[in-house]
Amino acid sequence: MSLAAKSLLLIAVLGLAACNNPDRYGAGGPGGAGGPGGAGAGGIDTTGLGDPNNPTSIAYFNQRVGDRVLFAVDQSTLSPEARTVLTAQAQWLLQNPGYAAIIEGHADEQGTREYNLALGARRAAAVQNFLISQGIPANRLRTISYGKERPIEVCSTEACYSQNRRSVTVLSAGAGV
Amino acid sequence: MIRPMRTAFAALLALALGLGGAAAVMAQNGPPRIVIEPGVIEPMPIAVPTFIDEGGAGDYAREISRVVISDLEGTGFFRTIGEEAHISRVTGFDAPVAFEDWKAINAQVLVTGAVSVSGDRISVKFRAYDVFNGQVLEGAALQFAGTTQGWRRMAHKVADVVYSKITGEGGYFDSRVVFVSESGPKNARLKRLAVMDYDGANVAYLTDSSSIVLAPRFSPTGDRILYTSYESGFPRITLMDVGTLSRQSLDEQPGTMTFAPRFSPDGNTVVFSLERGGNSDIYALSLSSGQLTQLTNAPSIETAPSFSPDGSQIVFESDRTGVPQIYVMPASGGEGTRISGGAGRYGTPVWSPRGDYIAFTKQNEGRFHIGVMRTDGSEERLLTASFLDEGPTWAPNGRVLMFTRETSGAGGQATLWSVDITGRNLKQIPTDGPASDPAWSPLLP
Repeated sequence: MSLAAKSLLLIAVLGLAACNNPDRYGAGGPGGAGGPGGAGAGGIDTTGLGDPNNPTSIAYFNQRVGDRVLFAVDQSTLSPEARTVLTAQAQWLLQNPGYAAIIEGHADEQGTREYNLALGARRAAAVQNFLISQGIPANRLRTISYGKERPIEVCSTEACYSQNRRSVTVLSAGAGV
Repeated sequence: MIRPMRTAFAALLALALGLGGAAAVMAQNGPPRIVIEPGVIEPMPIAVPTFIDEGGAGDYAREISRVVISDLEGTGFFRTIGEEAHISRVTGFDAPVAFEDWKAINAQVLVTGAVSVSGDRISVKFRAYDVFNGQVLEGAALQFAGTTQGWRRMAHKVADVVYSKITGEGGYFDSRVVFVSESGPKNARLKRLAVMDYDGANVAYLTDSSSIVLAPRFSPTGDRILYTSYESGFPRITLMDVGTLSRQSLDEQPGTMTFAPRFSPDGNTVVFSLERGGNSDIYALSLSSGQLTQLTNAPSIETAPSFSPDGSQIVFESDRTGVPQIYVMPASGGEGTRISGGAGRYGTPVWSPRGDYIAFTKQNEGRFHIGVMRTDGSEERLLTASFLDEGPTWAPNGRVLMFTRETSGAGGQATLWSVDITGRNLKQIPTDGPASDPAWSPLLP
């Protein structure tokens, strides 16, 4: 077996593990969710995401295509910038049919817990609907809301809030979710 | 003398619980009370000499006395006169009381008690006297028995009777609070369900922290808890039996999220939000038949439902105008009538167990507030202000609220606070570590 094939197998195993419990924050415990991570890593361990120079790797998707889009306060409307990123995500997903995605919706801390859960779901659905409109089969996409439970930035100013009002497209190997 | 004292205190309490405004005459749940003017309440001086050990009680007598005092002083309505100032000693539960000695130190109420222990059984008896007429307050001479393990409950029951007889309000000390115990950094918070006495004692953990748990709620009898759990990987409302800790997901429709559950007053129905395709609406699930009924049908966010105590109406939160506001609808569902009207964003409405107020979270100009309003939205009163206050829960007597307060920044942490419905007596509830999402039980049986 070639090294590349072994790497793919490893990715597949990790992907399947993620499929069993899509809550990548909770199931892994503190170790898995520790640290804010790199810009494209979303706080998860980047081991096994592949080489970011390999256009078919998850690392490439996260860092080069861009795994996240940002939202205005209380809004789930996709900005032109967000549409650009999501169009690229859709193209990548069309070219890499072996991956499914869970779309996380997040909110900043300026809101009540339950409203923010609903708001995160609305943001995740906006992304999901856009990707479907770009030709991604619905059965490759699922959504989950974290409300304000998993900020990526921890300060209490707009500089952080703007980064936390986000959706993150989290890939896993497998044709459907 | 008892009448004037009680009337005076009633006026004091009416002032404390009163609704602002000078010299207003109000009819609220009984005879009119005169609200003189808002202001500082002078706590009533009372004496609670250490309860008598009538056999085997050891430390229990002293500890029970301490908890009775802590409960009463914790309301802000009472000030206990320290034993060093007492002239008389209470030598026996049935010994004659030297009322002149208690009058001399200006105690208005004297609480005497005795404790006995046999094996693992504990018995507590007490009397609360009106010092000025030398009589026992009507109904304030009782005896409670239980296990030594539950000794704090005996103390809470004594304090509940004293508080209730003097204020005319229901007690709330013999109650529990379920909450979320937090640890870890802000971007990877670990959360687990915990339950404690209303004053922070006797903490027990109900789940581990392997998945996110949010916003638990007690059933009307305190035997079950509803909460939102990520245990399946997705947010799902979950029902837990407090006795056995067994738990089950209540709704398993793939591709949906369920959250914000609350029991109906009869405990047979759960109202909650169900999100499908990004849109959250309110549903009711019958726990007996499993029948699911959709109560709202709008493209906006509808969440945080809470029943009126008679079960006929539901107050909830909706952002149909673009900003979250509070609405009331029949329990059978419908569009609802908006009741919140001020500037800012309103959320987490909770109907008082007394039926007279709705507590809520308000966000305005970068600050969060806990507030109360009448059930038609009138007489809005903000009780707190901070960087982040949210999620009020009512004490069983509908006169005190507990809520989450979170500090800002990278080191921000959540703590539990309580405040009475006048905005007085704001204080932190002691917990071992950070804590959020409190929900008060009913008075324990």
